[in-house]
Amino acid sequence: MGFGQLPYDVAHLLGGGMLLLSFMLLYQRRVAAVVSVLAAQGAVLALAAAWQGWVQGAPQLYLTALVAAVAKAGFIPLALHWMIRRLALARGVDAALGIGPSLIAGVALVALAVAVALPITTGAQALAREDLAIALSVVLLGMLMMITRRNAILQVVGLMSLENGLVLAAIGVAGMPLVVELSTAALVMLVLVVAGVFVFQMRERLDSLDIALLHPHRGEGE
Amino acid sequence: MPLPWLLVLLPWAGAAVLAFLPRERVAALTNCGISALSFLLALALLAAPQGVTGWTRLDALNLPLLLLAFLIGLTTAIYSLGAIAAEGLDPRRLRAFHVAFQLFMGAQALALLADNLGVMWVAIEVATLASVLMVGLHGTPAAIEAAWKFFILCGVGIALALLGTIILHLAAQPVIGAGEGLSWAALRAVAARCDPGVLNLAFVFLLVGYGTKAGLVPLHSWLPDAEAEGPVAISAVLSGLLLNAAMLAVLRAKAIVGAHPETVPPGALLLAFGLASVLVAAFALWRRRDARRFFAWSSILHMGLAATGFGLGGAAGNLAGLLHMLGHSLAKSAVFFGIGAAVRLRGSQRIADLGGLCIAAPALGWALAIGIAAVAGLPPFALFASEYLLVTEAAARHPWAILPLGLGLLAAVAAKVRVLQALCLGDPPTGPAAGPADWTSLGPIWAHLVLALLLGVALPGPLRALLGEAAGVAG
Repeated sequence: MGFGQLPYDVAHLLGGGMLLLSFMLLYQRRVAAVVSVLAAQGAVLALAAAWQGWVQGAPQLYLTALVAAVAKAGFIPLALHWMIRRLALARGVDAALGIGPSLIAGVALVALAVAVALPITTGAQALAREDLAIALSVVLLGMLMMITRRNAILQVVGLMSLENGLVLAAIGVAGMPLVVELSTAALVMLVLVVAGVFVFQMRERLDSLDIALLHPHRGEGE
Repeated sequence: MPLPWLLVLLPWAGAAVLAFLPRERVAALTNCGISALSFLLALALLAAPQGVTGWTRLDALNLPLLLLAFLIGLTTAIYSLGAIAAEGLDPRRLRAFHVAFQLFMGAQALALLADNLGVMWVAIEVATLASVLMVGLHGTPAAIEAAWKFFILCGVGIALALLGTIILHLAAQPVIGAGEGLSWAALRAVAARCDPGVLNLAFVFLLVGYGTKAGLVPLHSWLPDAEAEGPVAISAVLSGLLLNAAMLAVLRAKAIVGAHPETVPPGALLLAFGLASVLVAAFALWRRRDARRFFAWSSILHMGLAATGFGLGGAAGNLAGLLHMLGHSLAKSAVFFGIGAAVRLRGSQRIADLGGLCIAAPALGWALAIGIAAVAGLPPFALFASEYLLVTEAAARHPWAILPLGLGLLAAVAAKVRVLQALCLGDPPTGPAAGPADWTSLGPIWAHLVLALLLGVALPGPLRALLGEAAGVAG
């Protein structure tokens, strides 16, 4: 399987789409826009999972696709939007690293992922190799987002984007057992993180979700 | 139903029961009962046949860790019987605590028993979620900060571990049979025929991912906060159990990757992470003013030492690492019980406020002093034996490693002796009068210390054989 063959090209296109959306996450300046991009990434992930399910003849991947579509493209982004409105959170993105440097760092990370993943996987199928490189890039960009954004919701978004990369890696490896179970377990963790943000927020009545507010309570205090 | 499965399901069934018990005292006693029953089941594992049952496996490597886990589970339940009332939790949170505790114990058992790496990952995730709940239980801003940091850092760690697991499967995919792609035994058997480059990549992610959970530098910073907040019982099980489960996951990964002759030796990476943890923690110990944070940093140090042992590898290195994990869990949870009792007496967990315990509360003060000596690795306790083994092995194999290792050990021992003096000796500060500690605190401390002493001076023959066999399994 290689260039010019439909299963490969579509999988490649969808993976590339996810990577593109990871970059879009990095340059948004409003929190609501970031959440919308995340929803789009979840939708593309669902398509990619469904496509792999069809190509590999693995019906359980349709379940993964369904879970991704419902939770990642629907439920979680809606909940985040609702929280942003309801809790009147800060609308702007508070970045520790500016948009421009973030994008440059992102490009460097993608280059790193490709440089790491492609040479060592010469034995594997072309699709699995490219898929691994793309998934690794999405994972690294998610981490970059978690490191460079101060707002708690944006850190959660970074973690979710990272997890999208994981699911992309898992569905790309033919014959991987427990994909549905693992991706669902990872999703449960994310839902609980989101719920945690919400519960802590409501209970403690902090004015914004900027985690800098928690920093005075960090470590041993003074 | 196979015994190992029962060991996972019993605590989870207990958690379901505890969710419906409104009375505090009844719930605490039930919690003890479930823990005692689980411990008996774990003891019965000694007689159970070893080998793979479905998704679980029982071998010499996880058997001692399982026994230890359920022993500490039992003593922690007994300790919280007396201590949990003093935490000032409302009934709803108290119920959440008991449910989360048994949920954690079941997940811990599954994480230790898992043969399927995917199942192991899910179990460690569940254990993490349960412990996050317990860390944030008080709901104070400091507890929420600790829980949030724990959640986010371990979320990243656990995600990287999953990526490592996926890549491991990718490496084995061309040569492994259908349906057993994540089985540890199957992966280990075919590892020599996998692509070494992919195995390397997988091990890096698994080491960083599970290493985060094991408290290894550089992703260790969740640990001190997590252990300083939440009920004291949590510090004991986090230090004693969760770190061990994560370390076992690293060892399982090391055994697979190390089975291929052309990979970058996984032991070297583990050694580097271990030595870095030892050095960072040894010097961080000098700047701590909070007693629970101090001993949390000491956990980072000890996990670093264990990682160093496993990094050296071979029969002696693995034995040192394993003995160190066992000795550390016993001694460290004893110290946390003692610190918890002292904090209850004084209402503060700052080292300066806790001073003079040997005069103010002699029974507690001396138990804590001996516990700290055990944690510091002074003879005759288990940690001295394992550190001695570790240093001699390092001197024989990698003489250069003696320098960072010795420096770290000396700095850490000095810091701990200083804290021992500050906490236990000297005159007590004037303040709230201290009452005597009750048996629910002192009993678990002494039980742990006696076992740590036995491990140190006279390792029983069967246990020695078991640990020796385990050192072989760890590769």
